[in-house]
Amino acid sequence: MDAGPLPDRAARGGAAGKLEIKNVEKRFGANRAVDGVSFTAEAGRITGLIGPNGAGKTTLFNAVAGEMPFDGGEVLLDGTRIDSLPPYKVFTRGLARTFQIPRPFPRMTVLENVMLVPPGQHGERFWNTWLRPGLVARQEREILEKARSIIEFCGLSPVERQLAGSISGGQQKLVELARALMADPKIVLLDEPGAGVNPALLDTIVDRIVELNKRGLTFLIIEHNMDFIMSLCDEIVVMATGKVIARGTPDSVISAPQVIEAYLGGAVE
Amino acid sequence: MSGFAAYLVFFLIVALTYSIVTMGLNLQWGYTGLFNAGVVGFFAIGAYGTAVLVGPDRAQLIGGFGLPFPVAVIGGMVLAALAALIVGLATLRLREEYLAIATFGIAISIQLVALNFEALTGGAQGLVGLPRPLFELFGSPGAYNMFYLCFVAVIAILVYVALEVAVRSPWGRMLKAVREDETAARSLGKNPAAIRLQVFVLGCTLMGLAGGLYVGFIGYVSPLDFLPILTFQIWAMLIVGGSGNNLGAIVGAVGVWGLWTMSGLGISRLLPVAYQSQGGAIQVILIGLLIVLTLIFRPRGLIGETEAVSRHTR
Repeated sequence: MDAGPLPDRAARGGAAGKLEIKNVEKRFGANRAVDGVSFTAEAGRITGLIGPNGAGKTTLFNAVAGEMPFDGGEVLLDGTRIDSLPPYKVFTRGLARTFQIPRPFPRMTVLENVMLVPPGQHGERFWNTWLRPGLVARQEREILEKARSIIEFCGLSPVERQLAGSISGGQQKLVELARALMADPKIVLLDEPGAGVNPALLDTIVDRIVELNKRGLTFLIIEHNMDFIMSLCDEIVVMATGKVIARGTPDSVISAPQVIEAYLGGAVE
Repeated sequence: MSGFAAYLVFFLIVALTYSIVTMGLNLQWGYTGLFNAGVVGFFAIGAYGTAVLVGPDRAQLIGGFGLPFPVAVIGGMVLAALAALIVGLATLRLREEYLAIATFGIAISIQLVALNFEALTGGAQGLVGLPRPLFELFGSPGAYNMFYLCFVAVIAILVYVALEVAVRSPWGRMLKAVREDETAARSLGKNPAAIRLQVFVLGCTLMGLAGGLYVGFIGYVSPLDFLPILTFQIWAMLIVGGSGNNLGAIVGAVGVWGLWTMSGLGISRLLPVAYQSQGGAIQVILIGLLIVLTLIFRPRGLIGETEAVSRHTR
């Protein structure tokens, strides 16, 4: 399959996007939502992050993405610290994220949702639209072409001219994936990509993630759907009450007693 | 010129001046979602700034620089921009109605300064006898008003074209993204705080420009021209015309100002003298009714926003 303008780091020799999370802490008052979490999402792999509701997974995502300042610890992307950066800078360093509840720009078309993304567009400076219209138009054609191919890759071509607020929740999740891809990220953090998505569309999402991963894109995925996470992930990290309680291959994690206890709440002797 | 035609020219000059204010608000609210409820304050700064810079030297008054009109208008715009920068840095972290409350208060403060800082603004009397640009070239006030209408129309068209080019581009796309979902925009590499400040300053600069044009036309400046009701009227123009559409802003400005002046005329003709002072309330009621009807039957305004903003995607 032609990679087109999509990232193909595998072909370019070596994946990037190693995310190191070291002793990250986030407290809300006395509640330690994230309590000294450390793990590494290896470059070129798909890492799953699971755990019961309230385990601190989304809080950890928000902290890593710069959306929420945290109280301690470090986050490194390919060896460079990205904590203390605002979200828009974390993004331009190569870390893209999606949201648990999709956040499309509802009164913009799917196409414009996607075309928005490339950082540092000439036409983002309003004076360029007056003084250098040719430059802006030329870049817009490149962005349009790239957006079209990514939209096609994500199976959104039939709805590209619809308002993003009018398409299904599953399609909105794909819009978020498409937006993330527009910036050629090194790693993508997906927050429950499968939640509320119909099975047919879920297959599309899984298939696209596998394809992108083959091309060297690193993933860190929060998901509750066990089939989804077991079939997709190289490694799984399990969180409960703000801590990492297990990590390893899908098979080893699923049978670990502390994981069963965290999920079922029962005492396992 | 007949009385009616002369009146129409006068009306259009004011309406087109307000259309520039409305386009400034459209940039802020229609495209970027900034709830500026202090529109009149920046219009006033542009007007007073121009008046002080263009006015002749007078005893006991600061200013009186006697600068050429275009320079004075640009000076008024710069002052409005500086005020917007200061206000924006202080308030743009506020969201929606909180920003509205803050800017509303600031506009009232600006009007009170205009009313009380007599050495600069002439206080309640305002500044009178300001030179009107190129007035001596025209034989009659009627001919001059025709000239000024063309002048304001050209400026309004220039503003319209410049804004259309700017918003139908990646820039406009970025503004809309900030309006729709700031968190998502921030997660996609855009800096909403910087974008909001830039748009606030730009929009207020346009309001300052309109203030300068207004002063050039009427030849004086008075604090009574900058009451909060004007902010309300400008908002009505934007809502009725179509928020998020520059043509809608112009249509709304002319339409709402038309309704306002016509109803004012009707009241003064039809109501007995004893009720004239209360009659003014009817104008406000009519505008309120128009807003309500628009929101019920045509919530996107007469000319709503287009779905795709960038002209490069067609």
